[in-house]
Amino acid sequence: MIRAVIVMNTQGKPRLTKFYDYMPPEKQQELIRRVFGVLCSRAENVSNFVEADSVFGPDTRLVYKHYATLYFVFVFDSSENELAMLDLIQVLVETLDKCFKNVCELDIVFNYSKLHTILDEIIFGGQVLETSSAEVMKAVEEISRLSLSLCFCWKQPQILSHLSLSPFLVGEVDSMHE
Amino acid sequence: MGSQGGFGNSKEFLDLVKSIGEARSKAEEDRIVLHEIETLKRRIVEPDIPKRKMKEFIIRLVYVEMLGHDASFGYIHAVKMTHDDSLLLKRTGYLAVTLFLNEDHDLIILIVNTIQKDLKSDNYLVVCAALNAVCKLINEETIPAVLPQVVELLGHSKEAVRKKAIMALHRFYQRSPSSVTHLVSNFRKKLCDNDPGVMGATLCPLFDLIAVDANSYKDLVISFVSILKQVAERRLPKTYDYHQMPAPFIQIRLLKILALLGSGDRQASENMYTVVGDIFRKCDSTSNIGNAVLYECICCVSSIYPNPKLLEAAADVISRFLKSDSHNLKYMGIDALSRLIKISPEIAEQHQLAVIDCLEDPDDTLKRKTFELLYRMTKSSNVEVIVDRMIDYMISINDNHYKTEIASRCVELAEQFAPSNHWFIQTMNKVFEHAGDLVNIKVADNLMRLIAEGFGEDDDTADCQLRSSAVESYLRIIGEPKLPSAFLQVICWVLGEYGTAGGKYSASYITGKLCDVAEAHSSNDTVKAYAVTALMKVYAFEIAAGRKVDMLPECQSLIEELSASHSTDLQQRAYELQAVVTLDAHAVEIIMPSDASCEDIEVDKNLSFLDSYVERSLEQGAQPYIPENERSGMINISNFRSQDQHDTSTHTLRFEAYELPKTSAPPRISPVSLAPSTELVPVPEPSYPVEMHHVASVPSVSDTGSTELRLRLDGVQKKWGRPTYSSPASSSSDSTSHKAVNGVTQSDVSSTSTSRTRDSSYDSRSAQAEISSEKKKLAASLFGGPSKTEKRPSSTSHKVARSTSPAVEKSQGPKAVASSTTGVVSEKAAPLQQPPDLLDLGEPTVTSSASSVDPFKQLEGLLDPTQATSAANHGAVDNTKAADIMSMYSEFPPSGQSSVIANPFTTNAGDANLIPGLSTTNKTGHAKGPNPRDALEKDALVRQMGVTPMSQNPNLFKDLLG
Repeated sequence: MIRAVIVMNTQGKPRLTKFYDYMPPEKQQELIRRVFGVLCSRAENVSNFVEADSVFGPDTRLVYKHYATLYFVFVFDSSENELAMLDLIQVLVETLDKCFKNVCELDIVFNYSKLHTILDEIIFGGQVLETSSAEVMKAVEEISRLSLSLCFCWKQPQILSHLSLSPFLVGEVDSMHE
Repeated sequence: MGSQGGFGNSKEFLDLVKSIGEARSKAEEDRIVLHEIETLKRRIVEPDIPKRKMKEFIIRLVYVEMLGHDASFGYIHAVKMTHDDSLLLKRTGYLAVTLFLNEDHDLIILIVNTIQKDLKSDNYLVVCAALNAVCKLINEETIPAVLPQVVELLGHSKEAVRKKAIMALHRFYQRSPSSVTHLVSNFRKKLCDNDPGVMGATLCPLFDLIAVDANSYKDLVISFVSILKQVAERRLPKTYDYHQMPAPFIQIRLLKILALLGSGDRQASENMYTVVGDIFRKCDSTSNIGNAVLYECICCVSSIYPNPKLLEAAADVISRFLKSDSHNLKYMGIDALSRLIKISPEIAEQHQLAVIDCLEDPDDTLKRKTFELLYRMTKSSNVEVIVDRMIDYMISINDNHYKTEIASRCVELAEQFAPSNHWFIQTMNKVFEHAGDLVNIKVADNLMRLIAEGFGEDDDTADCQLRSSAVESYLRIIGEPKLPSAFLQVICWVLGEYGTAGGKYSASYITGKLCDVAEAHSSNDTVKAYAVTALMKVYAFEIAAGRKVDMLPECQSLIEELSASHSTDLQQRAYELQAVVTLDAHAVEIIMPSDASCEDIEVDKNLSFLDSYVERSLEQGAQPYIPENERSGMINISNFRSQDQHDTSTHTLRFEAYELPKTSAPPRISPVSLAPSTELVPVPEPSYPVEMHHVASVPSVSDTGSTELRLRLDGVQKKWGRPTYSSPASSSSDSTSHKAVNGVTQSDVSSTSTSRTRDSSYDSRSAQAEISSEKKKLAASLFGGPSKTEKRPSSTSHKVARSTSPAVEKSQGPKAVASSTTGVVSEKAAPLQQPPDLLDLGEPTVTSSASSVDPFKQLEGLLDPTQATSAANHGAVDNTKAADIMSMYSEFPPSGQSSVIANPFTTNAGDANLIPGLSTTNKTGHAKGPNPRDALEKDALVRQMGVTPMSQNPNLFKDLLG
């Protein structure tokens, strides 16, 4: 399970933090500081993985990626795969890039709540929900559009319906349990 | 511009962000944020705020809290916002509450109703928002309130909703498995959902469930295998592809599940071989995600019943990983290797060089992973190299957490595989020297035990060699500055026990060194206590050997200094030493037999050797001992204590003019009337009464006191008798009454031992120990009434000081211990107590250092049923036997492989850093380049809005994805 997502700039200022288990704000600050300390001490051309049990408790590790002025950090436990988490950071950043067209730190700062919306479409309750940035974009755009038209009960067309038209994949399983 | 649509913020917010971004220092930032908080506090309560504005306030609150400031004043507004009809506001409200509140927060109750309503909404986005909140905010108690709706949503027409409903259920399961056990079948059903995304989501809870109980899901092996097959064969819609890989995250989850299901199950494993083999072949090893899937395949292969072909494929992938330039892949390769060597140890051989490279790599993560691998492949043949490496690394790092871990691993490996005793001791010395205060104190005990027992063989000469080599190495190390306390304790103990044993070093040399230790660490009472006891042992052995003892002047001054120490423990030890030195050889030999630290100590719990003394005293008119069950509780200890404390204050300085009457008030009445039974609760240890019984019996016998006083107290007892005393409290009430009966006029020993025992049940023990003599006086004065206060205390302290040496003289053999327990602080018990501690493998908490600090722990240990220690002894024997076998193995000539492993360490050290400066770029995003025009436009816009970018480079993500 993913424990936390932290986006911070290279000065250690948090830009987005999301903890999937509740942490009091002071604790969050402490963790962010310590994560920043760990990341600062890492050399340039080393792996993107850090064992984090001294910061986040036993059986935790973190994967980080450095983009321009930002660090993207995912903290997770042994039930996730490090390389896959690295790709999930990629998914997040790709989505942001699609969403903001050449995303930069300013976009992230100014569109704080949109960022949360995007993240919520990728990670849900600490589990990976969606890994296709196109799908995430669709969902986010849907939300923006609906939010703008303040009619909350507006029935929207089945834009995403093509998904459910896709061939039924696990037919064998289905028949087994009948 | 898309970035503003729907999420627009006012200039105010942008200004805030900008000013924070430009803040030069943390203090300046704090000032800005605090000002912002003030503004928000004021404005958020204004009437009729437009909704859009309110939304922005909430976002600003979230932002403020992210920066580490308290925004709790606005929580309620966020909660209110979740009630709003507008989706935008509702979502903002939910976002804020999920970030602000934990599941046990008081405000949750105000949200549950809204969540219930929203889960039933027609708008699936509202439902999604509510499900998101459910994941974060619903605790065990509120699960039932939303569970029916969430289960209903499993059948929702939107797959996005179904997915999230499953994950919400999963969250419920994590939070409280019992609340959703009846719904587990839903997960199985949803595995067959039309939508592959929903199926993929179902794998998360199933993984958790299977991890707990794989057997109940064996029937799903075929289904999982067939799903994985279809995914790998690209039968999923294109939208599930990620970087040309078909649904890699689903593949990874399935492989994880298969690894669990196939573990130790040949039949299940056989079903998986084909599909896993297929993935090995098809997987794209050029992309990051492809390697992630390959790594997961290796994990699966190493977990399921082994298959030679798959193992071969796994080994190939591992070697590719290890040869890769990417540190990430090397890391994965090392990790995969450590999984696979459990099944096929020979695979490590071909990768030695790569492993050594990783060990020398500047990347700390990689290094640690490699040490983990080495730790797993340690054998008796390579233990020396590996542990040496580990120790070198341990010395080089500063991170205490990891230092501790690696130190304990060194110790573990050394204990398990040590090729020779000499090496073991050298290794332990190094570990202690560099991480002594970080390792478990039990390790020190084990080391002392090993030195005391040898390796359990009958071969005495080997043991002697071991000991003398230990003594030698310690004498070498002892002068070094900044040795950790635990290590010093070991050194002192070994020097005391075996320093003079070989005849190589004279007693004066050893004692001189011990005095140096005590002097150099004058602030560490534990070390000093060890040193003094060691001194005593050295002198005792000298006396027993018939040599004359010449105490060094520095030693003498040390003893004198300690006999006036604030620590009663040190005082006691010092007095004991003085007493022992004056004894004759025969007596000393019995008290302090040479090399007997491993011997059991017999304890006569009935104190029968005192029977004649008791009879004599009774004939002389002493008061008979009243068993505790006949004495009902009289006066609460804690009341006495508080009374004591009052006395202390009145004795020293009185600030309040009218405090005086309280002291002069009859102490017998007020405490009794006050005594609430709850205050007795802290002392309910079951072994306690027994102990009290023994300790108490002696003093009552030695009673010479006034019947008058006792009678008076009896009267009080009847008058104020408390039938409310319940049995669990009896122990303390007994001690109380005992104190009341005996304490005043009888042997001071009783009162002190009672008070000390009482002290031992409180955490602040050590602090109290120091002032206990003060307290003794106060207790005596309290019991004796104001008139006797002056005389009593002095006689008390005298007697206490002397009481121990007669006890030692009087008693014979092992009983010395028992009798000295009746002494106040049994010095005798401290040194002799160590052997049982060392043998006591079953109880890691009882450590020698603790025992030296806490004499009453020792008493308990001595009076414990003997089975406990004997059981522990068995354990110890088994253990040493095991170690024996290990050491036998280690004597064998090293196997071919091990020598190959060992050599590279020495020869290839220079090969480090073959691959510096290799980047870990991700190859996936090359197609997308930066667009300078866009960035410039954006920058211009931002500037228009009055915001200067906080970095010189407006195109911050120029190298993004590149």
